[in-house]
Amino acid sequence: MSVTQILFWFLSLLAVGAAIGVIASRNPVYSVLWLIVVFFAISGHYILMNAQFLAIVNIIVYAGAIMVLFLFVIMLMNLNAEAEPAKHLYLKMAGLISGLCLLIVFVAALSGSAEAKNVGQLGGSNIGLIKNLGRALFNDYVIPFEISSVLFLSAIVGAVVIGKKE
Amino acid sequence: MEIKWYIFLSVTLFCIGIAGALTRRNAIIIFMCIELMLNSVNLLLVAFSKMHLSGIAAKFPALATDAQLFVFFIMVVAAAEVSVGLAIIVMMYRNTHSVDINFLNRLKN
Repeated sequence: MSVTQILFWFLSLLAVGAAIGVIASRNPVYSVLWLIVVFFAISGHYILMNAQFLAIVNIIVYAGAIMVLFLFVIMLMNLNAEAEPAKHLYLKMAGLISGLCLLIVFVAALSGSAEAKNVGQLGGSNIGLIKNLGRALFNDYVIPFEISSVLFLSAIVGAVVIGKKE
Repeated sequence: MEIKWYIFLSVTLFCIGIAGALTRRNAIIIFMCIELMLNSVNLLLVAFSKMHLSGIAAKFPALATDAQLFVFFIMVVAAAEVSVGLAIIVMMYRNTHSVDINFLNRLKN
């Protein structure tokens, strides 16, 4: 096994284990912390696939901003004191079984059809660096970039309008 | 690594997100499961772009950056969505003093 394979399996196991931790932990604060672990593992995968800019953006935006927002809301509501009322056992089992069935269907459908193509790793291209991505972003994707700024403005206004006391 | 391991990893993360959204009742945790599903899709997009990098992108280098910019825009939209969604959850908590989604069945009738 080469180093990249060892890193791939380590990051995959970390991501899947932490994702199970997200849905299994009772306290919402622990769920947020496990989700941060998932995001760091996914950022490691991005670095393995030469998408360095996306890895940094993933850490800054998701682990840095969005998760802090989640933690802030949870602290604001003081949710960690009260226990979440549990769903019925049958409903829980139904949810788990349907998730597992979807997993089985996806794996069975995609394992046979996927060509055994290799995903090259670590080295070879500098496509994921900020220089190339920025050039493409401001040449070919200027209009979506500007539209996303309008989207952010409307999101800000919407959050303020929804969140303020009437 | 072969592409199928990345597909399996992304599908596993996606199905864990779906199982979490179906089994939990806390609205914030359901929201986090949706974020988990978004991230698994992002991971699969980057893996596919990396897979095609050797074939297509040797002739058309502009195409190689497309998938990564797509992922970037997905992150932008997700950030906007999270701010509005958390505002909705805060408003719901202010009205019902709970984030249990079973209280939200008033639109049913």
